[in-house]
Amino acid sequence: MKTKSIKTLKFLGLGFLEPLIRMFSGEEPKKNASVFIKKTLFPIASMGLFLIIWHSGATALYNKEANERIEKARVEQGEEAAIAMEECIKSGDISCQPNTLPSPAQVYAAYKTLWNDHIEISDKKDKFAQKTAKTNAKRAEKGLSPIEYTGRPSFLDQIGTSLKTIAAGVLLAIFIAIPIGIIIGLSDVLRNSMNWLIQILKPVSPVVWLLLVFMIVKTLITDPDLDKSFIISAISVGLCAMWATLINTSVGVSTVDKDFINVSKVLKLSIGQNIFKIVLPASFPLIFTGLRITVSVAWMVLIAIELLAQSPGLGSFVWEEFQNGANDSNAKIIVAMFVIGIIGFLLDRIMLSVQNFMTFNKA
Amino acid sequence: MNALLEKQIQVIPHLDGKPEMLVCKDIRKVYPTPKGDYVVLDDLQLSIKQGEFVSIIGHSGCGKSTLLTMIAGLNEISGGNVIVDGSPIRGAGPDRAVVFQSPSLLPWLTALQNVMIGVKQVFPHASKAEKEEICKYYLDKVGLGNDFHKKATSLSQGMQQRVGIARAFALKPKILLLDEPFGMLDSLTRGELQDVLLDVWQKEQITAVAITHDVDESIFLADRVIMMTSGPYAKIGDELVIPFERPRNRKAVLEHPEYYDYRGYLMNFLNH
Repeated sequence: MKTKSIKTLKFLGLGFLEPLIRMFSGEEPKKNASVFIKKTLFPIASMGLFLIIWHSGATALYNKEANERIEKARVEQGEEAAIAMEECIKSGDISCQPNTLPSPAQVYAAYKTLWNDHIEISDKKDKFAQKTAKTNAKRAEKGLSPIEYTGRPSFLDQIGTSLKTIAAGVLLAIFIAIPIGIIIGLSDVLRNSMNWLIQILKPVSPVVWLLLVFMIVKTLITDPDLDKSFIISAISVGLCAMWATLINTSVGVSTVDKDFINVSKVLKLSIGQNIFKIVLPASFPLIFTGLRITVSVAWMVLIAIELLAQSPGLGSFVWEEFQNGANDSNAKIIVAMFVIGIIGFLLDRIMLSVQNFMTFNKA
Repeated sequence: MNALLEKQIQVIPHLDGKPEMLVCKDIRKVYPTPKGDYVVLDDLQLSIKQGEFVSIIGHSGCGKSTLLTMIAGLNEISGGNVIVDGSPIRGAGPDRAVVFQSPSLLPWLTALQNVMIGVKQVFPHASKAEKEEICKYYLDKVGLGNDFHKKATSLSQGMQQRVGIARAFALKPKILLLDEPFGMLDSLTRGELQDVLLDVWQKEQITAVAITHDVDESIFLADRVIMMTSGPYAKIGDELVIPFERPRNRKAVLEHPEYYDYRGYLMNFLNH
């Protein structure tokens, strides 16, 4: 039971809880307590330290900008204006607040605002759905598409869109990179002749990919019903992120253990059997390592691409908030930053678990 | 020593009248190097009868593994012919099963699946149950009756090599090729596996060629020990018929009054 739960935790990437379980099951409580403190409490303490540094940094920046504003008022409009400005800032009036790095408290408040906003919007959506249920049923009978809610998306909706885009992009990357990787991995000639192209395309910036995809998609897709910006950003994400998988697949396929190849030769396996029964399973560990890199690159690139492609998602949320310049815009951007980081971390953990699952070489 | 050689004329009973299964004719192996060709094997002749167990000994690097991989079809032949059952070989094939030095099981498959992958190739028309029966029969024979569904990686080296032996026999090959099959095992496990190998071989009567550099192993396993000269230009230096009766029993072989004569003869060859 204990070893099993520890195994599960490790598989989920929560291995740092191991000493806690050992401690409570009465196994060397002293040693495990100290391991737990080292492994878990110190990281938590470092989080606290981080918040303190952040808070004091934000306060310092706030004061600096406040002083600058007062000085500016004094120089340009005289002493009276300076006093008015100082009072205005102290009173917390939105019109004269210094616009700088938000403090942790402000970010937390922005987080709550976003959350309430989401609840409000989903309420509206539910009501809209109830209202239009009858009409939509009638429309469905006539074969018409249902009326959809077209209001502003909430922050959580934006996260959902981003996840959808990255899923589409990574799937695309898988379907392009793995077959090509296998083909060029199997043939030295192809690998050598394709190598220049891969090496040149690999470091190309996401922005350029986006523009390239835009050029092509704009011409190919003329149907106005299709969500062009989604397609463009998904394809761009896929193209940017697929290289790690492509290269790892080709390396994995070309370096399959010679013994396995000999087994395949002795058994006279056909080309298809050789690929699916020997070569592909043997290169799974490397392929999944590549996929893990692909997913993390895809997530990083996605935000930039959404920002530029004007497709809905976290990237455009950040951009809109930046353009918006409202009082809590900066804090909302920081919230988005943390959300992006945490989701990226979780995606990486998931891929790590998949990777561990697919690696058979562990003794 | 002379008494030993006089006895060599005699024919091993279980090979009497059997046709030749493997003939190596004028075998030559050349590796091109920047300094010119390196000739590993030159003008090598070998003929093995159906059902014969031959072991090949020689110093490291003399080219015995090269010879075996050439017979298996995994290594290009620079000159001469390898003739199996009357026709020259073209590439590798399941009629010449190989037990490699490292077990080389596919680590993502179970023991049963590792044997099955070969059985499927050799008996494509057998029903699923029949194929499974073949696999289980041989796994059982090598002592893995309880480990059919264990992953290859969770088996010990010795166990993995047992699966390797089962996989080779399950192909029902014409020739079984063993490339230092027990070289990576500790001496206790090696002894066990020699017994397992001989046990299955006794029932199947397959022509077998085993490479080894262990003199005792070569005597215990084989009807005939082939001694290779050191390379380059390696060829067969001498051969010795081991007439101990079959089925063999380790204790009986070791206690045979002439055992040390045979051993001495082989050691003498290797030391010169």
